Amino acid sequence: MRRRELLKYGAATAVAGSFGHRIARAADPSVIKFGVVGPKTGPLAPGAAVTHFPNFKLWAYEVNQRGGLKLKDGLHKVELIEYDDRTQPPETIKAVERLATVDKVDFIMPVYATGFNLAVAPIYAKYNYPLVTQACVTDQMDQLIKRYPNIFFVQGSTTSYAQAAIDILKKLKDDKQIGNKVAVVNVADDFGIELANAGRPIFKKAGFDIVYDKSYPLGTQDLAPVVKAAKAANPDAFVAWSYPPDTFGLAEQAKIEGLNVKAYYSAVATAFPGFAQKFGPAAENVLGAGGIKDTPEIRAYYKAHKEVTGVDADYWGSPFYYSLLQMITQSIEGVGSMDLKAITAYLKNNKFKTIVGELDVRNQRLDKFYTVGQWQNGFFNAVAGVGFTDYSPVKLKTSWG
Amino acid sequence: MEIIIIGLLLGATYALMAMGLQLQYGVARIMNLANGEMLIAGAFGTFWFYTASNASPFYALIFVIPLAFAANWAIYRVLIVPLVRRARNQGQLEVDCILATFGLSFILVGILLAVFGGEYLSYSYLARPIFILGEPYGLNRVAAFIGSIALCLGLYLWLHRTRAGLALRAVSVNPAAAGLVSINVTRASALAFALGGAVTAAGGVLLSMFLTFDASLGVVFTLKALIIVILGGVSDIRGTILAAFILGLAETTVASLVDPGLTLAAAYLLFMAILLMRPEGLLGRRSS
Repeated sequence: MRRRELLKYGAATAVAGSFGHRIARAADPSVIKFGVVGPKTGPLAPGAAVTHFPNFKLWAYEVNQRGGLKLKDGLHKVELIEYDDRTQPPETIKAVERLATVDKVDFIMPVYATGFNLAVAPIYAKYNYPLVTQACVTDQMDQLIKRYPNIFFVQGSTTSYAQAAIDILKKLKDDKQIGNKVAVVNVADDFGIELANAGRPIFKKAGFDIVYDKSYPLGTQDLAPVVKAAKAANPDAFVAWSYPPDTFGLAEQAKIEGLNVKAYYSAVATAFPGFAQKFGPAAENVLGAGGIKDTPEIRAYYKAHKEVTGVDADYWGSPFYYSLLQMITQSIEGVGSMDLKAITAYLKNNKFKTIVGELDVRNQRLDKFYTVGQWQNGFFNAVAGVGFTDYSPVKLKTSWG
Repeated sequence: MEIIIIGLLLGATYALMAMGLQLQYGVARIMNLANGEMLIAGAFGTFWFYTASNASPFYALIFVIPLAFAANWAIYRVLIVPLVRRARNQGQLEVDCILATFGLSFILVGILLAVFGGEYLSYSYLARPIFILGEPYGLNRVAAFIGSIALCLGLYLWLHRTRAGLALRAVSVNPAAAGLVSINVTRASALAFALGGAVTAAGGVLLSMFLTFDASLGVVFTLKALIIVILGGVSDIRGTILAAFILGLAETTVASLVDPGLTLAAAYLLFMAILLMRPEGLLGRRSS
């Protein structure tokens, strides 16, 4: 009987303790609470583990290191309250509601991934929290901006990513560096399908001949048939609108098969440092979504990110995540208090200095982002973008190491 | 010809995923929904070993197999035995085990997350082509194929040629009768469960050479393994191996000759068709 009681109380305690996770118990009312929701488990967890959570951790650490946020009434340390949404939108919604009504946080950071940000937009609007999204790529920005005065988009639209990738290939074709035959594959999931559908008409207009055009299910363990068939169609360029596991799988297969195209592009996760770590010299000159300009500030950011969080930041979303945090910090300190409406207004009325340069979200959208990157000498350099001026030149892929 | 070779390589991959679950479900009669997490634990252990030492991942088998065996033995003793003792019939035991191991899978995901983090982990090993009949294939996949065949053969021989294996097979046919012929059913079931876990973890070691893993991916592998085990007929390891290779060949054929997007549809169609014609699975026994 006693063991049963012990188990019962133990289970009850465990369940009670599982509600939420706080990094520091804030009995101190001067500590400012920031809510963070994202996938720690589930299919999108690995991406969030690199781009989403560590950035907030780094930011909170740096803010507290210099004493805290500087408000009108002095310095205030910050505390993060994190919830795992398990990659399920209903859980994201519940967690955000909880942060707003139960934990009563002073600010809620954006959530991770497009669908999730869109799902919680009404709740942020209801409680007046500004929603400064980053990991949110959608073609519906204009409608959403009209509907929600407190939403901000810091990434481009789906079409802009497809367009930019194909523009790079078009330039190579027009310069007679590659032919006009392209093999296109895509993962049969949201972003992959959207990119593929956006890409087809753009390829046609650019004068490309799509010699192989197939999709594969998410989580396919063997991509050999896909790569073999693509190779057999004799393409000059290979484009994969792919997700992390297949981005890695396709590159490995391409290496083994000897897919000798002069331009190789795979969409998501090419920008992960893990890609270069896994493939070493074979990753050289692989194109992918994202990219960043190599500057001393960026290098310093990567160093700090690794030191404080233990995770290597990626070359796509990470620097922009950090930049939006810089914008939020500057807005809060500019207003001098946690008045959410004032902070939202400040974001709409000012320019901000960040690690990626000067940023301006006065129209609730940042029309300044990098779209295509290429691995060159161990750094995923930005070779194309919107709103920036200098990009690295594109190199042809000569071998798979 | 290419299709057959790729299909066999894929079949070997599937066999590695499913054999452990067959031992746990077919012999120990435990539906282990935490099977995928054990596979990932094996893969993560290898990743850590390979990045730390740069020695061949095959050496990781030396510590992964005993550790997985011990861990699964402990799980059986602590979590499963009480369920077995109080189950009044096989149906209730299955339900209890499904619920218990489902919860266990969450715990294991949490542990993997805490120890290894949430990111994708993968490394490159033997990612070079080997030419068979003039066509390139991944050397790492061929190595995993050889490992898989060795494991299949080893398990089959052990189960069908040794006394201990005979005891396990007796337990899978009829636990009550096995007890009557002085087989220690609890011990045999624990052995089957632990061995199944060890085989799954070994599969994880081999698969980590060419697949990318993250802490949350377990459920995908459990699902695939479940389909293969049921397709092959729950009671016989040969059925599982056969089903794994049939599935691998079928998927590759569809991917190469029809459309890679239809591989999942084809796999499930095959699954439904075979079960409709033969509900006990390919090599299964009719209602034991």
